[in-house]
Amino acid sequence: MTAATGTPTKPGAAADDADKNPTPPAKRARGETLFFALRSKKFLVSATILLVLAFIAIFGPLIDSTDPVAQGGLPMRHPTLELGNWFGSTYFGDDVFSQFANGLRASFFVGFLGGGLAAVIGMGVGFVAGYRGGWLDEILNMITNIFLVIPTLAVLLVITSYLAARGVLFEAVFVGLFSWPWAARAIRAQTFSLRSREFIDLAKLSGRSGWKVILFEIAPNMSSYLFLTYILLFGGAILLAASLDFIGLGPTGGMSLGLMMYNSVTYGAALQLGIWWWFIPPGIGIIALVGALYVMNVGLDEIFNPKLRDI
Amino acid sequence: MRRYFGRKLLTYLITFFVAATIDWMIPRFMPGDPIAVLVAKTNGISSQSAQYLVDYYNNLFGLNKPLPVQFLNFWSSLLHGNLGLSIYGDGTPVTQMIMAAVPYTLALLIPSILLSWWAGNSFGALAARRRWLDNTILPVGYVLTATPYMWLAIVLSFVLSFSLRIFPLSGGYGFNLEPTLTWLFFTDLVAHWVLPFMSLFLVMFGGWAIGMRNMIIYELESDYSRYLAALGAPQGLIRKYAFRNAMLPQITGLALQLGVIVAGALVTEIVFSYPGLGHLVFQAIENEDYFLLQGIFLFIIVGVLLANFIVDIVYVIVDPRTRVAMRGGTA
Repeated sequence: MTAATGTPTKPGAAADDADKNPTPPAKRARGETLFFALRSKKFLVSATILLVLAFIAIFGPLIDSTDPVAQGGLPMRHPTLELGNWFGSTYFGDDVFSQFANGLRASFFVGFLGGGLAAVIGMGVGFVAGYRGGWLDEILNMITNIFLVIPTLAVLLVITSYLAARGVLFEAVFVGLFSWPWAARAIRAQTFSLRSREFIDLAKLSGRSGWKVILFEIAPNMSSYLFLTYILLFGGAILLAASLDFIGLGPTGGMSLGLMMYNSVTYGAALQLGIWWWFIPPGIGIIALVGALYVMNVGLDEIFNPKLRDI
Repeated sequence: MRRYFGRKLLTYLITFFVAATIDWMIPRFMPGDPIAVLVAKTNGISSQSAQYLVDYYNNLFGLNKPLPVQFLNFWSSLLHGNLGLSIYGDGTPVTQMIMAAVPYTLALLIPSILLSWWAGNSFGALAARRRWLDNTILPVGYVLTATPYMWLAIVLSFVLSFSLRIFPLSGGYGFNLEPTLTWLFFTDLVAHWVLPFMSLFLVMFGGWAIGMRNMIIYELESDYSRYLAALGAPQGLIRKYAFRNAMLPQITGLALQLGVIVAGALVTEIVFSYPGLGHLVFQAIENEDYFLLQGIFLFIIVGVLLANFIVDIVYVIVDPRTRVAMRGGTA
């Protein structure tokens, strides 16, 4: 079992003993989840990374309140320990740390909102298609398949290029509007397998309306699955927005991690002048954020799903 | 068989129709007026001449006709392969500019997709077998798959081109060369190709390796594997069956990932100023060349649809169950 699931953790003897003496059944479910969460190395590592990044995103702009696009400071300063210059400065004299912290904020925002919007649409389409079936399923399936093949970035390119002023909010909404299809497909499949279960029949017999069955019977029974889907959508939205920013369609007036890379490579001559401290942080930030989300997804999967547990 | 492919083809045709319609709708229904932007670029003209220019452009692009007529005109020129003229290319037809860029993009995409898929699957399958390999490949895979394509490209370019001077800086071939069928030109072409290829390959490799590793483990836990093991079948045989079954979701995954991969190629080309579609997209946006941008959009859609269809065919060839099901048997 250990070799197969492949988690680097070797469960200790104490943990094994605790496993044989489960907590009383009433408290068991929640206690068990917490127990396995605190033992999962993947979960702990990724949660720590996410907390650190969230801390920087929330408090970074408060500690170092330099305007990220003020262009006032000394240009091309190497990083030092001095406040306001932790990550050095850009070709234009902007503070890189301030840009990083504000960009990280934007990334969290895009992931939270864009991923959230995609999750809501995906759930709506997936639940209805999977639960209702029939011609409605056929139509929704067709729509899903169409949006599944159209490359998201290509659509966003054409749409956003016509917007003269672009905000992070717009970006998040557009990213969300076009990244739901795979989630809809996955949720549809899950709903489909649940809907013929007996407890669903019972709920129907008791006279519950369709959407109530979906909301109170089906959704809670796949809540962990929905949460995992949201995590993946969160990460995907961040990567997609970064690409969009890098092509030159990022937020106008705001700051984002993708925009930092765009500015450094296209306008700031960071490659030619060797200003590595300008383009390294945004990349590391995105990798840490998205990578931690992916690892957390796997870690939580092992926690929720007893089959995958490393016993 | 005919039914299966007919259905797929129908979906793709509808998809193309929807995409082309989006392409047609956006300039007409988005807030903001592209013509006004175009006219605003000519500084310091009187409002009278500005009005004349607006009329001229509206007439030129047929924007003064009723919408249904505009829609039909759009389709008629589209089916004639006419995507308009490029502003960035000083009036060169958009189709011609795209055609010149497509070989470069394909030269990056096809080898990087196929090689990373093959290498990722092999390493992923190996990782599920050996613990030390698993402990290295898994973290590396997660880091790679979370890496933005352009960032890896920037880092590779910075380290290997700008700092160590191992590879040429940018472009598709040296500025001092003309495209000819000589050995010198060919080696130069390859030297410029290596880094963009590498950055695409590495990011994709991470994703495939993780996917394969997880699928193999899932298959090894399944009933048929346990049954085989209980019968005393050699480990190698069980692994072989598990690998074959794990391949199928990876093929579907390839189809699902195509859009993301193309997006990755676009941003990678921008970093290296590699003269493919990505570079063209970048120039189109910088120069507000909407015809070019919309042409590229349609072209990418067609490309991705074709690739999806190829994947569908491959899937039927690889998975015997689909073939049986198509002949009316039960899988």
